[in-house]
Amino acid sequence: MKKLINKPEDVVKEELEGLALAYPDIVKVHFDPDYVYRADAPVKGKVALISGGGSGHEPMHGGLVGLGMLDGACPGQVFTSPTPDQMLEAAKMVHGGAGVLYIVKNYTGDVMNFEMAADMARSEGIRVLSILIDDDTAVKDSTWTAGRRGVGTTVLAEKIVGAAAEKGYDLKKLADLCRKVNINGRSMGMALTSCTVPMAGKPTFDLPEDEMEIGVGIHGEPGRERMSLKTADEITEMLALSIIDDPAYSRTVRELDEEKGEWVDVTLEDPPFKAGDQVLAFVNNMGGSAAVELPIIYRKLHEICEKKGLKIVRNLIGPYITSLEMQGCSITLLKMDDELLELWDAPVKTIGMRWGI
Amino acid sequence: MAITTVDVLNCLRQMADVIHENKEYLTDLDSAIGDADHGINMDRGFQAILKKLPSVEDKDAGTILKTAGMALVSSVGGAAGPLYGTAFMQAGMAIAGKYELEAEDLLAILDAALKGVIMRGRANLADKTMVDAITPAVNVIREALGNGAGTVEVLEQAAAAAKKGMKDTIPMLAKKGRASYLGERSIGHQDPGATSSYLLINTMAEMARVKE
Repeated sequence: MKKLINKPEDVVKEELEGLALAYPDIVKVHFDPDYVYRADAPVKGKVALISGGGSGHEPMHGGLVGLGMLDGACPGQVFTSPTPDQMLEAAKMVHGGAGVLYIVKNYTGDVMNFEMAADMARSEGIRVLSILIDDDTAVKDSTWTAGRRGVGTTVLAEKIVGAAAEKGYDLKKLADLCRKVNINGRSMGMALTSCTVPMAGKPTFDLPEDEMEIGVGIHGEPGRERMSLKTADEITEMLALSIIDDPAYSRTVRELDEEKGEWVDVTLEDPPFKAGDQVLAFVNNMGGSAAVELPIIYRKLHEICEKKGLKIVRNLIGPYITSLEMQGCSITLLKMDDELLELWDAPVKTIGMRWGI
Repeated sequence: MAITTVDVLNCLRQMADVIHENKEYLTDLDSAIGDADHGINMDRGFQAILKKLPSVEDKDAGTILKTAGMALVSSVGGAAGPLYGTAFMQAGMAIAGKYELEAEDLLAILDAALKGVIMRGRANLADKTMVDAITPAVNVIREALGNGAGTVEVLEQAAAAAKKGMKDTIPMLAKKGRASYLGERSIGHQDPGATSSYLLINTMAEMARVKE
């Protein structure tokens, strides 16, 4: 294992220490329990947004904390969900009296830990709602699996919902908006190489020089299918079509019902894309691909979208939701409307994303 | 043969040793169908338990198990944290206030742990999870108690049943957790969660055997 680290067990702690020193105008870091929070938190009267997940996906989530985006982020160990005490303490620190929205990626560990945290926060009198992101089209079946994973759409949701919170949306309206972004976003990822979790010290899986994994998540886990290596254009086509041609996707998720005061099953359906849709196209670097490669993916994606009648009205290209040093990329398409466009363009100032300011 | 709080504390320390010894093994199993962190996370959790034990040495067995559960919840993360944390907390509640445990209490402990895991993770039997190792253990304990078995016998049968349950996960298609995304590719691999559950139940049996 070759990494720019000191001790494997110190990776997350030392990363957070570095971020706190480098960006004191944007974030502060609390240790034990660990969480990153806005330097000016709590923002009075604004709904606070908190997300979190395993580390190793930088800049998500700590690098997405700041004006116009998250108020708090809870980093777990590398690729391991954070714990409920982190999420509870982060909520207590950042909530400005208007409630807290947890944005949770659909991974079994994240879901269970955030559920426990939401229950604990509510028992302490903090108003909490929680919305799942499950946008990964690599997973076809929600009956026999834990459902689609939360991937690229998470970044877009955090930006859009963050802007809406800044604009004064209330908790209920923000939860509805976050759900709307989730059901209108779809992603598909692929890997050219595996990656090495520092504590494990060796690659999570073997991937020969001439093969690739299609349908990977963001944890170095094997994907849905292994196949021989293809060109950038062929790879882009596979990813893009699995998103664009994905039929309506229906599943049941658990959400907190404020009136009943309990978790309830909610059935959601993602509408398929259709010609004439306006979309945001997000080409994400999994962490280890050279920056020169991503525009090559975007170039083909643009051509495919045009052919399919989808109009790309905004784009985002770069490493935003990574999988350590994995080579590869993911594509996310989000169907846009006037509300989402205005919120996307609103000012943001975080470590990983900054514009309009 | 009654199990004392000293035995419970020793059992938790021994569980920490066993998990530590099997850290790489559990992580390797998890590399095949998960995200290569199960052994690392469980080891961190049981080391956290060890740190908490001195503060509950004079407490009842229920408090000791609840404290262990809370240590797991706040240190493990992933799915294993809430699942094992809930299991230990529920087990502790099932024997609240007791300083000595009889064979029936072992059923109460494992049954509560199993119900806690199912409540938190909503897994069914044969989904290729911890539930597949713990369920057969609970079933044989119930049966063995009906036949008048004592503590050691009950736990030995439970460990054997958990081991079989763990092995039985190999041909299963995963339907919960991260392994479920692999579909058919999850077949042929032993479930890491079922494996750690077996290791913990087996440690209880070993504790009883040594005591006898």
